[in-house]
Formats: sequence, C-alpha cells, structure tokens
Amino acid sequence: MVSQVHVPGGAVSPGHEPIKAIPVRHWGQWVSAAIVITIVGALAYSVGTNPNLQWSIVWQYLFDSTILRGMLVTIELTVLSMAIGIALGIVLAVMRLSTNPVLTTVSGAYLGFFRGTPVLVQIVLWFNLALIFPRIGFGSFSADTNSLITPFGAALLALALNEAAYMAEIVRGGIQSVDAGQPEAAHALGMPQSLTMRRIVLPQAMRVIVPPTGNEVITMLKTTSLVAVIGASELFTSAQTIGARNFTTFQMLIVASIWYLAMTTVLTYIQAHVERRFARGLTQQGGGLSLRRRILANLRPGRVSGGGR
Amino acid sequence: MTAAAMVKAENVHKSFGHVKVLKGIDLEVAPKDVFCLLGPSGSGKSTFLRCINHLENIDGGQLYVDGRLVGYRQHGDKLYELREREVAAHRRDIGMVFQRFNLFPHMTALENVMEAPVRVKKEPKAVVRERALKLLDRVGLADKANSYPAQLSGGQQQRVAIARALAMQPKLMLFDEPTSALDPELVGEVLDVMRDLAAEGMTMIVVTHEIGFAREVGDALVFMDDGVVVEAGPPREVLANPKQARTKAFLSKVL
Repeated sequence: MVSQVHVPGGAVSPGHEPIKAIPVRHWGQWVSAAIVITIVGALAYSVGTNPNLQWSIVWQYLFDSTILRGMLVTIELTVLSMAIGIALGIVLAVMRLSTNPVLTTVSGAYLGFFRGTPVLVQIVLWFNLALIFPRIGFGSFSADTNSLITPFGAALLALALNEAAYMAEIVRGGIQSVDAGQPEAAHALGMPQSLTMRRIVLPQAMRVIVPPTGNEVITMLKTTSLVAVIGASELFTSAQTIGARNFTTFQMLIVASIWYLAMTTVLTYIQAHVERRFARGLTQQGGGLSLRRRILANLRPGRVSGGGR
Repeated sequence: MTAAAMVKAENVHKSFGHVKVLKGIDLEVAPKDVFCLLGPSGSGKSTFLRCINHLENIDGGQLYVDGRLVGYRQHGDKLYELREREVAAHRRDIGMVFQRFNLFPHMTALENVMEAPVRVKKEPKAVVRERALKLLDRVGLADKANSYPAQLSGGQQQRVAIARALAMQPKLMLFDEPTSALDPELVGEVLDVMRDLAAEGMTMIVVTHEIGFAREVGDALVFMDDGVVVEAGPPREVLANPKQARTKAFLSKVL
C-alpha cells in the first residue's frame, strides 16, 4: 500500500453535489413535549380557576402603592449593598493578596466570620446591636444605637458586609487569573505596586470578575427578602403586612413573586448581555475595546454587534 | 573600567528554596556593549537577568547598575533594604523585554508605549505621544499604533514591547530570550530592531539562543551552565574556538 494524495496544483475543484439524506426523526421529543404540555396545562387550569385563590385581589394589589414603595426599598437595598460590597470586596481582595501579614490576617478573619455565619443571623445581629452597645460613638460624641441603626440601616449593614466577603473571593479569583507576566512587565517599567494593580491588573481581572458579579446582584435582590425578619419595609415585608391585614396572605405572596420574577428576569437579561461582552475576552481578535467603549456600545440604541465574532 | 561599568556583579548568589540557581557570578558590562548570555535552559542566565532589575532579589554578593547597588542602600558597612517605591524608581532606567512579550492586552500599541512615561514619570501626554509615535515608527509599526496586541503578530508584539521599554529612555536594556516564542519567519524583524539599537550605542544584555546574532552584534559573550560562568570572551572567539568541554558540548548541539 502506498499513500496517495491528489494534488490539484492550485486549481480548486469546481463544486460538489450537496448530500441528500433523510434526517433522523426524534419521535421521543414530540411525545415527551405533548406529556409536559398536558401536565402544565392541567396545573395552570386548576390554579387559574381555583375560587380560593381570588386572582382579582392579586391584580388589585399588584400596583398598590405600598407594594411599589416596598419594591423601591428592595431596589435601594440591592444597589447600595452591592455598591458597598463591591468596593469593600476589592479592598479585602487586595489585602488578602498583599505581602503584609497584618493585612492578610485581617482580611482572612473577616472572610472567615462573614462567610462562616448565616446572613439571616447577621441581619438579626446588627438589628439587635443596641442590646450590647446601647450607645455608639467616641467620647462625648455618641448617639443612641437604636436611633442610629434603623431596620433599613441594619439590613444594609448586614447585606453589604456579608456581600463584601463573597465579592472579595470573586475579585481575588479575577486578580489571580491575570497572567503573572503582566504585573512583572509593569514593575519592569518602574510602575509601583498600587499603580500596577489599578492600571494593569484590575482592568484585566474585570473579565473574570464581571460575570459572577452579575449572579451576585441577582442573588442579592432575592436575599433582601430575608430582612423581612426585622421589618425593613422592602417588597416581601410590605406584601406580608398587607396580607396579614386583609387575610390575603397567599395572594400577596403571588404579588411579591411576580415582582421578584420580573426584576430578576430584567437583571438576567442585562447580565447575559454584559457577560457575552466580557466572555469574548481581551485576547481574541477584535475584542480589545476599552471597558468604557464597550459600555457605550452596549447602551447605544440599535446596536449592531460589530468588532468581532 | 571598574568605575564606569554599567553592570557589575560580584560573587552573586541566588537560590530558589534549596535549589542553587546562581553560584557566584562575577562580571562587568561596559557601557554601549552588547553583552550576550548563552547557556542551556536552567543554567541561571534568565534568573541573573531578572536580578539586575530586582525582579528577583539576590541572596549573596553584590550587584551594581550604573554604580548603584541593586535592591539595597549602603551606609557605612550596613545594608538597608530598599522600599518598594525606591526599587520601582531604580527600574525606570532599565528597560526589559520578555520572552512572552507581556504587552498589556487592554491597551493599544500606542497606549502600551505611553503608559509608563505618563503614569510613572508624569511627563506631559503630548510630549510622550510624539515620542511614542516616533518609537513605533522606528520599530516599523507606525501604522499599528491603534491596534491591540491581539491583532498583532508575535514579531510585531515584540517590537511594540521594545518600543515600550525604550519610551522610558533607559540606560540599559535587558532582553530575556526575545525571539524564543516567535515563529521562525518572525525572528528576523525583531533581531533587526535589536541590531539598530546596538548600532545606536545602547547598552544591552541579551539572553539568547540566536548564535548568529551573538556572533554578529555581540561585544562580549558569556557561556553559563549550572549557575556559574563557564567561559567568556569576544563572541567570535568563544563560538569559533570554545576552550571548555561544556561549551563545546553545548555549541555542538545548537550550531
């Protein structure tokens, strides 16, 4: 046997007949789809026509001012605690990776405590701070703890400090994902550590940090419902309050669920977009747009997906 | 010569854990010389290069760059370790080119070149921009100023990296196997840039496997093996008539 190769010598073959074949039939998919539709339909019918459910009450309260105000508080809590959590998380991550043993220990202890205790316990703990510190302050400047730490304040404190611990781990992963040659090249150019982190390492770490941070935002939005235990008047608390007053507990739970679902759907959509932008990576062809330009490109109406695959 | 040496190493030792990488290096690099370091992988040549700009700290001996002790300050007979910012300040005068280029991928070629002069030396942007464009032109990449590293070939990336190092107007350039990661057909364009740089009188220390470059451009050549200098001399002599058995064995494999 002798290996043989036909060498066309630069001439490309003029074309070929497309293959004609009968595709494989997936009968199982059709059958299972029919079964699933039947079950879901039956379920939807029984819920939709259940007289105990009183859907009219759901529609009546869906845009109730208390509910909408609660939703606003939920959004406020999510945005503020994420903002504080991200900022503090970056600081904690940089501390954790520093060569200073004091900083690494402090950061490690912080992470250990806030990741090692349930966030629900932390919420109640901050709310009850007055039990051990009736007054907070330095010297003659002090205030009554209960007037300082409102339910909203306690909720924000607990969620933000807890989030910082998780963000620290995400940021640390991002920083460590950056090729070691990058800070080395920056150092060789005479850039000090802080400048290297800010200009070279963190911008590249963003690619790894952004996608899980999107998940954190969505998780945070749902976690805010836990602060109902201290009555921080966010969406879930508002829904429960109305439900208890009117004996419409179940309807109000549906109202709350609808809004949570609506908000997480919007966030998921945004996250998917942002993630796609960042996952394309800085090292691929045409992916080298700056962060600012990427965001602007995303915000532009009627955006054409240009510059890359 | 001693007082004017650009780099002076006295009995330099370096270990990674229990592994002794440098076992007493003594050498002097004269200003404007192209000083080539040759040797098998693991011989310590790259580590020595990285000690010169304090990317690695040495465990024993002394290392001077332009008459200044690397990594320490001497008062009487006491040595004081330098602070991080002082080390960074010393590195400004030493350019380095890496095997894997290490361009900043989130910046264009021009931004890569401008970054350090603007942020570290705080030079006016307009001045740096003009100089950066000239440097890119000099390495033959004037038309690639706004390209990102991912859009450039390896040879182009390495030439941008050289321009980036030159933008700091260094007194000394370190090259750590600058052509080892390149496809064979791209090696020439990088060596051309280095050749021009040598002709202009830049002091260069080059870790390389490019024997031809060492022979043609080098003023001095050192063959290292197992953490020591085995043989040194003018490149033509060492390459043509190696005296040591280890040098002969190495050259017979690479030539």
